[in-house]
Amino acid sequence: MTNDVQEDTAQEPEASKHPLVTEGEDLKVVLSGAVLSYEIVCEQLILNVTRGGLLAVIAYLRDADSHRYAQLIDVCGVDYPERAERFEIVYQLLSLKHNKRIRVKITTDEETPVPSVSALFSSAPWMEREIWDLYGVMFDGLSDHRRILTDYGFDGHPLRKDFPLSGHVEVSYDDEQKRVVYGPVSLPQDFRVFDNMSPWEALTDVQLPGDEKAGENPHMPKIGWKPVSKVSE
Amino acid sequence: MPLLNEDVDQEHHIKPYTMNFGPQHPAAHGVLRLVLEMDGEVVERADPHIGLLHRGTEKLIEYKTYMQALPYFDRLDYVSPMNQEHAFALSVEKLLGLEVPERAQYIRVLFCELTRILNHVLNITTFALDVGAITPALWGFEEREKGMEFYDRVCGARLHANYIRPGGVSMDLPAGLLEDMNAWVESFPKVLDDLDSLLTENRIFKQRTVDIGVVTAQQALDWGFTGPVIRASGLAWDLRKSQPYEVYDRMEFDVPVGTTGDCYARYLVRMEEMRQSLKIMKQCIKDMPQGIVKTNDYKISPPPRAEMKNSMEALIHHFKLFTEGYHVPAGETYTAVEAPKGEFGVYLVSDGTNRPYRCHIRAPGFAHLQGLDFMSRGHMLADVVANIGSLDIVFGEIDR
Repeated sequence: MTNDVQEDTAQEPEASKHPLVTEGEDLKVVLSGAVLSYEIVCEQLILNVTRGGLLAVIAYLRDADSHRYAQLIDVCGVDYPERAERFEIVYQLLSLKHNKRIRVKITTDEETPVPSVSALFSSAPWMEREIWDLYGVMFDGLSDHRRILTDYGFDGHPLRKDFPLSGHVEVSYDDEQKRVVYGPVSLPQDFRVFDNMSPWEALTDVQLPGDEKAGENPHMPKIGWKPVSKVSE
Repeated sequence: MPLLNEDVDQEHHIKPYTMNFGPQHPAAHGVLRLVLEMDGEVVERADPHIGLLHRGTEKLIEYKTYMQALPYFDRLDYVSPMNQEHAFALSVEKLLGLEVPERAQYIRVLFCELTRILNHVLNITTFALDVGAITPALWGFEEREKGMEFYDRVCGARLHANYIRPGGVSMDLPAGLLEDMNAWVESFPKVLDDLDSLLTENRIFKQRTVDIGVVTAQQALDWGFTGPVIRASGLAWDLRKSQPYEVYDRMEFDVPVGTTGDCYARYLVRMEEMRQSLKIMKQCIKDMPQGIVKTNDYKISPPPRAEMKNSMEALIHHFKLFTEGYHVPAGETYTAVEAPKGEFGVYLVSDGTNRPYRCHIRAPGFAHLQGLDFMSRGHMLADVVANIGSLDIVFGEIDR
């Protein structure tokens, strides 16, 4: 028992016997210091884990007989600039033995390095290099910390939300110098982002301005609009 | 057999020769730059430099509506476009909680299996070309063209299909297509037999592939290998069987498994997979139900043009769909399909708006190419080419 009191942010399960709920609760007990909470989204189990406890959690999931998540399928980052720890690092694990998947998440910011899982899975280094390249998250214990996808000598981390879509540099062939040269991006037309969000009755619960009355009509279908057979007129 | 370099006398040790393989080498299967540290002709270390085809697909998708994001998936692994559209469509449908009409599911499976055959024909024939056989490429590409004609007839494009959309498929099969596909399915085993007779017992082909690039089952797990590569190492793992999507659970087919885990086993697995795909296609053609091919929820899929001529609502929906697009409820999902090269996954994070918040693409080739280093160590330079060919590398998906 640890004396950390974790708030349980798990969603209310519809059927309390759901195997994912059982698994999530079990993992929360077994790895009580490291697992902050679990969620079930789209019938997939997500563990929110502390940075320090990541390696223990991944090693446990890989080696415990009831789990055997023997494959690290994917590691990727997600950027939420409004959060204090803006980056989420997401690990997708697959158990061939039990035919199940799990997602492990940790958070970090620009400065704090994340423990590398390359000692546990040989598939990790390139995926972690990709996150370093695209998000600028550093990995503690990653032996090869080069960029992987962007150009040699690239500056910046392109998948951050504050990195412009057009980038900063463009390349062209200079006929006089007989080589490819780099220069600042010059677009004949400014980059435009079209804000198409409208009060159109949509599938989501997002409350858009002007859409307040959308839910009041009892005859309106819950999801979507179905055609009325007026075609004959 | 791998040659080890342990008994070389220290004072005669020559500094490893560094060689640059690619990025314009025909056997590099695209823009692979491979930095090889050689000891004579033996590879000591292989360091693939990737990213020369990086187009920022994931970043671009964040700025597009869900409908505009779909064609990017054709351009990832450009020899198996529909399987990748399928992964994206499935993930969007999962977030939307959308049911796909049965006919659309059958059409999807039919074309995904056609794509698998086209992909494997390309891989096997170019692999054979890399190790010295030119005839399979000449014979196979002719057949591949016939398969791409079916692509052309169903969606108007030979390669970049944009056919499998969230909610179904973009349009119904044209008249007569199923009959022609059936005739092709009947005739294709002859082509496979021809390829078989050219390669399977070919002495040169076996000398170049048997015992080359051996991957054990444990290594395949550790390195995140999937698809034909993990099956060639003896693990019977196929997402179509273990986590079936669409109507794969109704299909009767076998999962071929190799025993040796070398380049030759990967070739054999792919050959047998094509025969199994033909079996699935045959069942799809036989059982193809009648009905609609995309959901009739006009918030997701556009209304038929005839209706737009008469119905104001339909016109509005058409306009809104192609400008604003549809909104996907907030949530996240990792959805994977068994693409011809392995597990192709889409990690989609939605914030409830009309654009994906994050769309990460898990490409099977990315993990496979990472393993090239350990597979090639101790082999000769020419075996690196065999390894690359047998891994089925396509840079569209690796560099994204």
